[in-house]
Amino acid sequence: MIDKLSWMAIYPEVVLLVMACIIALVDLSTTGARRTRTYILTLLTLAVVAFLTGMAAVHGQTVYGFGGMVVSDPMGNWLKCFASVALMVTLVYGRPYAADRGMLRGGEMFTLSMFSLLGMFVMISGSNFLLIYLGLELLTLSSYALVALRRENAVASEAAMKYFVLGAMASGFLLYGMSMMYGATGSLDINEVFKAVASRKVDHQVLVFGLVFIVAGLAFKVGAAPFHMWVPDVYQGAPTAITLVIGAAPELAAFAIIIRMLVEGLLPLAIDWQQMLAVLAVASLVVGNLAAIAQTNLKRMLAYSTIAQMGFMLLGLVAGVVNGNTYNAQFAYSASMFYVITYVLTTLASFGIILLLAREGFESEEITDLAGLNQRSPLYAGVMAVAMFSLAGLPPLVGFYAKLAVLQALIASGQAIYIGLAVFAVIMSLIGAFYYLRIVKVMYFDAPVTATTVSAPRDVRFVLTLNGALILILGIVPGGLMTLCAQAIVATLAN
Amino acid sequence: MGLLSLAIWVPIAFGVLLLAFGRDDRANLVRWTALIGALVSFAVTVPLYTRFELGTASMQFVEKFSWIQRFNVNYHLGVDGLSLWMVLLTSFITVIVVISAWQVITERVNQYMGAFLILSGFMIGVFAALDGILFYVFFEATLIPMYLIIGIWGGPNKIYAAFKFFLYTLLGSLLMLVALIYLYNKSGGSFDILSWHRLPLAGGAQTFLFFAFFAAFAVKVPMWPVHTWLPDVHVEAPTGGSAVLAAIMLKLGAYGFLRFSMPIAPDASREWAWLMIALSLIAVIYVGLVALVQRDMKKLVAYSSVAHMGFVTLGFFIFNELGVSGGIVQMVAHGFVSAAMFLGIGVLYDRVHSREIAAYGGVVNTMPKFAAFALLFAMANCGLPGTAGFVGEWMVILGAVKANFWIGLGAATALIFGAAYTLWMYKRVYLGPVGNDHVKELKDLNAREFLMMSLLAIAVLWMGLYPKPFTDVMDASVGNLLQHVAKSKLP
Repeated sequence: MIDKLSWMAIYPEVVLLVMACIIALVDLSTTGARRTRTYILTLLTLAVVAFLTGMAAVHGQTVYGFGGMVVSDPMGNWLKCFASVALMVTLVYGRPYAADRGMLRGGEMFTLSMFSLLGMFVMISGSNFLLIYLGLELLTLSSYALVALRRENAVASEAAMKYFVLGAMASGFLLYGMSMMYGATGSLDINEVFKAVASRKVDHQVLVFGLVFIVAGLAFKVGAAPFHMWVPDVYQGAPTAITLVIGAAPELAAFAIIIRMLVEGLLPLAIDWQQMLAVLAVASLVVGNLAAIAQTNLKRMLAYSTIAQMGFMLLGLVAGVVNGNTYNAQFAYSASMFYVITYVLTTLASFGIILLLAREGFESEEITDLAGLNQRSPLYAGVMAVAMFSLAGLPPLVGFYAKLAVLQALIASGQAIYIGLAVFAVIMSLIGAFYYLRIVKVMYFDAPVTATTVSAPRDVRFVLTLNGALILILGIVPGGLMTLCAQAIVATLAN
Repeated sequence: MGLLSLAIWVPIAFGVLLLAFGRDDRANLVRWTALIGALVSFAVTVPLYTRFELGTASMQFVEKFSWIQRFNVNYHLGVDGLSLWMVLLTSFITVIVVISAWQVITERVNQYMGAFLILSGFMIGVFAALDGILFYVFFEATLIPMYLIIGIWGGPNKIYAAFKFFLYTLLGSLLMLVALIYLYNKSGGSFDILSWHRLPLAGGAQTFLFFAFFAAFAVKVPMWPVHTWLPDVHVEAPTGGSAVLAAIMLKLGAYGFLRFSMPIAPDASREWAWLMIALSLIAVIYVGLVALVQRDMKKLVAYSSVAHMGFVTLGFFIFNELGVSGGIVQMVAHGFVSAAMFLGIGVLYDRVHSREIAAYGGVVNTMPKFAAFALLFAMANCGLPGTAGFVGEWMVILGAVKANFWIGLGAATALIFGAAYTLWMYKRVYLGPVGNDHVKELKDLNAREFLMMSLLAIAVLWMGLYPKPFTDVMDASVGNLLQHVAKSKLP
């Protein structure tokens, strides 16, 4: 029986699905080279969806629907809201780039992006292993198609192929892990799984066996080492606008399913998955930071930086349960949530600049392409510098508080090993500072190769400035977003 | 808004305004705006002194608002006798730096001036912050403008210097961050520095904290053997950058010892005082000798800064009234004198484009006014009575003799080296016959440079002849600090 509440839980998804279909139809009669009508409709839809999810989040209720298949809670709603906004920003930045490269001959970029967002929404809402898996597949299938959108471009096609093969393997891992869980607990419902695991009547060995596959699958999706191999190739190979589609908003969804599956479903196994995540985090910090130093390609460098950043984010999840005590959980998980949100914010700005500098027939991909940007355009150089300093974790930018919150969660655990992890993370972020600083160096200290000034459409200019300003403003007043994350996580843990 | 908030945010607001000015076609407008901004910022800090209440060690001009509720972080400002003069020094030097860059910087003037004004606000923030995270945010934020200042307007090897400066100091301060979070958890969820002062801590914890803070502050001061970044950075930094670096940024580290290491970990401070004293004496004597053989004027002054800062840390860790007050006086004095020395080198560099001592000779013949100023500052650098440099060093030496005769003797010998390298440089650059054609064509100070030098000369002489306003302000706070350090915090 489907009651009214069930629809309450999923109405943003319904709006998104209906509008995605309508926009696909409307696009058939759109002819402009820049698809302005499709573009505006998409942005409006996303704005409405962001508003709806934002309102639901402010309301702060937790609603289960369809017999516990989906859940609408503050954490999920905030993540959905931010994901919608992130996709809006992505499309604003990406449209001129895509138009210049013949990617807007049809409106697929917009509709596929909306479907990928729908996939994220389902992942975030899913309170059932199978539903989460379906959402994930919707997201990744849309992403494969998006990466392959420039079908005449060999590099992009190669990236799409790699992404597909490795992504499919990761999905296989995840599905296999889920089936083990189902076999052990007899349920796919996350709350039921939790009860079954907590009852300690289930064979621990089978659970851990399944858990390994689930964690590996998740690590693939967030791009944590040693499952990171696809990240640099896909980031570099995909058309930059699409890199941003798959690199920004989906991280929010990936965070959500980590919380749903590992925390809501398998918290009694925390001692096991915390160890696994700690290993992944350490490996990611090492691989990401060290490999990023050697890169000359900007997109590839940012890909390795993503790996390192995700490693740092995972560290927050490591310190939730200490000696079977969950008092630190809300601090730890909200630190990670804050981390991932601010990471998306800065990624949008940095890729926005790369997209802006790319012109028709010219990919601004090498680090040297940024040379002397400060002389060409102080504003955009400033935005990029702010993003880089924030990724490096320097105050007064928002990235600092993200790192601070994670370190605090680690140190608050009081365990020597976690404090050791904190010191390790600090040393790694010092190494990380080097390659972020190098970007600033190229922009500010080197002489420009071309004297052309950088021009941008008005919408891009406006959003990019706002994006950069937000990194700074959230750095000066981070309290609100931190409280928001904390309340969202507390509400999620209470269930 | 309180006075301290104004002192922090007025220069930052002007700096941001300057950044919005855009390209160099309105350079003069930019310069005047920067000067007005610096003067207003200075004017805002003056009432801090005139309304400062003497004879109390408690914080004054306190402002406290909740900033990040989640971690109980407060926007908590206040000054006492330890920090008041540093705030004034910062806003004063910023005015001088703006004047010094007037005709020298012609490219991206708005960014240069903006960076210095923003930096000035951040540094005042460091001295005024009474919350651990607020302190850390300001402390780290200073790296960004300084990195850009060195990298954009620096010398030929500027990129190496900018990275060295940034990464070296970042390493130290990240360890401090771990210490701050540790204290937060130990104190039951508070970043309030003053409550940390009262927090009982076990011996092991104190040792850990002491060395974590040491990593941050010793690099910044810089103490031997982590001083190696300073000469490289000074050589490449533009004149204004060197002046601010030497005059104020080094003091951030010294101030950190007073505000964090000594009161938070008093037992560890006493236990490890021998190490601090030893490192300070090495800085004073050995680095003084190193300065003697430098051929580059900026490098020479940079090493002399390390040696002078050695007096500061020496004074702090002999734990008596004369030593600590002397150290603080020396901080302020060195702020004036080192800024003057670097700006003086800048005056020569702008004309000849060389920092080599050998490229000069007989400058007094062509630039008599400048040579007179340079003599005054050289004398202040050697610690001649009647100049600012004398007061602090004399107090530290007296304090050291009180504590232990041999330490005092070691510190006193350093005065001889100080006189030797400074005067020898003065002789080679200024005295004698005209060295070469470049020197022959030199023009004496223009009105702008004369103004800048006079302001510093007045400060140096005032402090040397009538140091009472300086010592009066700090007496109560120093006494309080020493009482605090003398008490054990072991549980």
